[in-house]
Amino acid sequence: MVLLLVQVVVMVALTPLLVGVMRQVRSRLEGRAGAGILQPWRDLRKLFAKEPLRAPGISWVQAAGPVVLVTSGLLLCALIPLVGTVASPLLTDDLFVVVGVLLVGTVALALVGLDAGSAFGGMGSSRHMTIAALVEPTVLVAVYALSVPIGSSALSRIVNARIEAPASVAAPVSLLAMVALAIAVMAETSRMPVDNPSTHLELTMVHEAMVLESSGRDLAWLELGSWLRLGALLGLIGTLTLPWGMAVEVAPVPALVGVVTLAVRLAVLGALLATLEVFLAKLRLFRVPELLAGSFVLALLAVTASYLTVTV
Amino acid sequence: MAFRDVIRLITSIGRIAEPAPPRPEVMADRPPELAGTVQIRHVDAGSCNGCEIEIANAFGPVYDLERYGARLVASPRHADVVLVTGVVTHNMREPLLRTVDATPRPRLVIAMGDCARNCGVFADAYGVAGAVRDVVDVDLEIPGCPPEPDAIVRAVRSVTGR
Amino acid sequence: MTDTGVRIQLALLALAVVVALLAPVHRRALLSGLVVAGIGIAGVLTGWLALTGHAGRLTIPVALPFGPVTLSPAPLGGFFMLVIGAVGAVCAVYSVGYVHGPAASRTSWVALAVFLTAMQLVAASADVVAFLLAWELMALSSTVLVLTEHAHRATVRSATLWYAAMTQLSFFLVLLGFAVLSAEAGSTQFADLAASHVDSAASNLAFVALLLGFAAKAGIVPLHVWLPRAHPEAPSHVSALMSAAMVKLGVYGAVLVTTQLLVSASTWRSLLVLGVGTLSAVYGILQASVASDIKRLLAFSTTENIGLMFLAIGASSLLRPYGSTDVADTALVACLLLVMAHAAFKTTLFLGAGSILRATGERDLDLLGGLVSRMPVTSATFGIGALGAAALPLTAGFVAEWVLLQSLIHGGGTQNRILAITMPVAVGAVALTAGLALMTFVKAYGIAFLARPRSEGASQAQESPTSMRVGLVVAAASVLGLGLVPGLSVSVASRALGLGDAAAAGSGGIDLVGLGATLHPGPLLLLALVLVVPVVVVSVAAARRRPRRDVDLAWGSGGVRVSPRMQYTATSYAEPLSRIFDDSLRPERDVVVTHSSEARYLVERIQYRQRLSDVFESRLYLPVIGVIERVGAAAKNLQNGKINFYLAYSFVAFLVVLMVVTL
Repeated sequence: MVLLLVQVVVMVALTPLLVGVMRQVRSRLEGRAGAGILQPWRDLRKLFAKEPLRAPGISWVQAAGPVVLVTSGLLLCALIPLVGTVASPLLTDDLFVVVGVLLVGTVALALVGLDAGSAFGGMGSSRHMTIAALVEPTVLVAVYALSVPIGSSALSRIVNARIEAPASVAAPVSLLAMVALAIAVMAETSRMPVDNPSTHLELTMVHEAMVLESSGRDLAWLELGSWLRLGALLGLIGTLTLPWGMAVEVAPVPALVGVVTLAVRLAVLGALLATLEVFLAKLRLFRVPELLAGSFVLALLAVTASYLTVTV
Repeated sequence: MAFRDVIRLITSIGRIAEPAPPRPEVMADRPPELAGTVQIRHVDAGSCNGCEIEIANAFGPVYDLERYGARLVASPRHADVVLVTGVVTHNMREPLLRTVDATPRPRLVIAMGDCARNCGVFADAYGVAGAVRDVVDVDLEIPGCPPEPDAIVRAVRSVTGR
Repeated sequence: MTDTGVRIQLALLALAVVVALLAPVHRRALLSGLVVAGIGIAGVLTGWLALTGHAGRLTIPVALPFGPVTLSPAPLGGFFMLVIGAVGAVCAVYSVGYVHGPAASRTSWVALAVFLTAMQLVAASADVVAFLLAWELMALSSTVLVLTEHAHRATVRSATLWYAAMTQLSFFLVLLGFAVLSAEAGSTQFADLAASHVDSAASNLAFVALLLGFAAKAGIVPLHVWLPRAHPEAPSHVSALMSAAMVKLGVYGAVLVTTQLLVSASTWRSLLVLGVGTLSAVYGILQASVASDIKRLLAFSTTENIGLMFLAIGASSLLRPYGSTDVADTALVACLLLVMAHAAFKTTLFLGAGSILRATGERDLDLLGGLVSRMPVTSATFGIGALGAAALPLTAGFVAEWVLLQSLIHGGGTQNRILAITMPVAVGAVALTAGLALMTFVKAYGIAFLARPRSEGASQAQESPTSMRVGLVVAAASVLGLGLVPGLSVSVASRALGLGDAAAAGSGGIDLVGLGATLHPGPLLLLALVLVVPVVVVSVAAARRRPRRDVDLAWGSGGVRVSPRMQYTATSYAEPLSRIFDDSLRPERDVVVTHSSEARYLVERIQYRQRLSDVFESRLYLPVIGVIERVGAAAKNLQNGKINFYLAYSFVAFLVVLMVVTL
């Protein structure tokens, strides 16, 4: 339980820095100087000091949706093993539960977009939910592939098995499932090539369009919630590909080592993602289902591989 | 451009941004919340696009306005500063008012370019409703036709204080 | 003991008929509704008695050459009695405030009471005769109920015709299957049918007939065509009863056949059930996601959920000979959990749709909007029902889907190639339906309730009266309750299947011991509440410094003409999806451009028309119906009015009978 709260606090501190690192890497690759990795924290601080505006016809969803999104992000950071893999007896870190919590946040964001009552909000919401609907088969089948060698879908058990047998990380099952999961994560967190997070053209927006009507602290929670989801999912991929350094018991020194390795993992994956974004252009909306179908096929192959390679 | 060429470009050119000039004075009555971070919504009220090209250059790699904490945003609801270019035409008068209204407080309006300040070369034209200060309250002005990116950078830095 | 329960229900039925016929008009709804609710509650209690092992036997002598009607619910039947009784009680309370016009007539109330009782009797039957009699009674009374508003809308008549034809087809197939089984076993009691060993040819025929018959009643593709027609046309409380209760009897029949009457290890049967289940699940949710009529959307969502239940049944019978029995049992438990969850959230959703229909007069999502502030109770309960249908955590739908997925991923595919292929495909199909269901219900809730009203009716909406609100709140509470304390529902489902209490864990969670998987929604909710506290504190602190300010206009690029017509509608919301899946949906699109009379380059009007019809209806049923019509038209030539021909027919018939008798 203590470990869960430590994870939450650490992730709240780290994810804006992660976004800052990603923006800084992009800036440097583009030859610019960049605003520094603390800029997202500054932006958040300022947003809390701005007033939120309410247009006629806006309902309680405008204020509650961002809170639900942020809470689902915090819950993700608590459930996914990021600093340590100590399984709490009462709290299931089952992968299906994690996906369910992720989808609660997705729904909250979609409803905020619809509540705006503008064409942009509805458009962003529609595209966002279509992509979420097509990502879900990939995510669940990838989870399935990862759970077959262990016989359980509990994340802590999967990670522990990978810590004990490092060779399994490089197994074909694992690689295929990780690639499929990585594509799914890029789609779900609205990064390139599925969505451009810094676009100004409303007709190309997916995530941005839903938040066009939000201001002040609503916008701050929406931004922080999206960053938490990005950080938690990147942390999940990091935990599954590089599980070493995680705390296996609740004690100060292993926890500190866990936090440091988490920061390193996030920084490495964030920098990789940012570099990828410099080279990739955004896909046309109707090319995205092809990409997601490809990732689904990879996930199915991962499951078949897992059935063929498990020794009875 | 091919992958290889992009990588070669990045590694050979390295940093394009010029070193930052000395920090200017912070403007009078700058809201303290905007220290270090400002989001800008640009409105073209009827310009010839000369100012827009200069803004694009100011945010480009050479001047890199983003390093001082400024960022262009897609909606006035996200913005702190409304950057207005061009003279206010009849058709853009109402949208300009609504855009500034849609910006949460604390907010600033910057009139950029001679057209925005005093109608410039379009004074007395038939499509013109007036300068920006005839429609909304202006907090900062950037003179020039068009203003150089240096001037834009100085003006924004006087808001962020970085 | 259960015989007392059934007796009470029959007595209440008689009382309901008397009350409906004799009560004064202004009291009829209240009194009839309360008595019908009593029938439902009696059903719940009887079902509970059957589940806890207090069996009883009620035999009603009937003047038919088959023997008396035996009503003695087994635990499985008791489970379905419980679910149907609960749904019936909630719908009856709701209908007190809802019924108006033809739905408030004496015929409708009598039919409603008969309908609910007939459904209970189907689940309580212990022999074939009782089952079939109750089945037909249920079909007839529901046909009467669907026909309620035939004077108001022309579509009601054709919907009822489709429904009546399909329901009689299902009755015929079930009769055929049971007839074959009874002939082989020599008895009509279910216990005797289960004990006898039927030879393979007859048993295959019986299996296919029974499966098709129950699939037609349940709304499985391709026999589902009546569902999206009949459910929207019935009054909302009847739609809720049909969707949440009646189709479950098709599932009951399928479970009965595969687990008790015709248990066999043959793979093709399991694959058949699994296959039609998967197809129905995916097709149903696909059609639901592009539907803009709210009731049609909910009807197709029913097809999807029934498909998932059949998928669970098929997976269970496929896994039983290969994998461990634990996994197969878990799949069946998942099916029953889906039954409970679907009953809960579909009731909520249909009753909510009825509330919307009553308040706005609109069923089309494209004409709704802005109801969240005008109808708070309806929007809250519909929202909870939508969360349950989308299978999000803390709801009953999530629990059921979690158990289903656990049973599929522990399927033990390492030992068998068939399992290694079918289990991943099944998981992929379940995941796709879950994703599409998420989008469908975000669309349904968001377009109907949020943003600004898109029509006059929506802008004049008022909240529903008390009895409707009570029904909605009870249904929504059950969606949440079954999701937060799933141990209770799992133990009930295990009892219904005769598996004992093995799967419930402390704190109300689930512990699937054989699979090593646990789920504790309660602590998850507590953790979420703990985490929301700092967020709320920061928000409140920020609100003190900078309170929310009201402005005149939403941001729409500063445009001058902003109208509710510019918002997204349900059709536009689903447009990307209908484009991606247009090979499966085959929409018909029409664009008519009217040019201005003065100049060919100016456009005066553009009309866009999109028609999404049921693919199975247009490609499978209409050709078949065409053939039958042609055959019928040709057969008219036999009735040519000449008496010579008629004498010849009688002579030929006499010859045929003589030949058959002497053979």
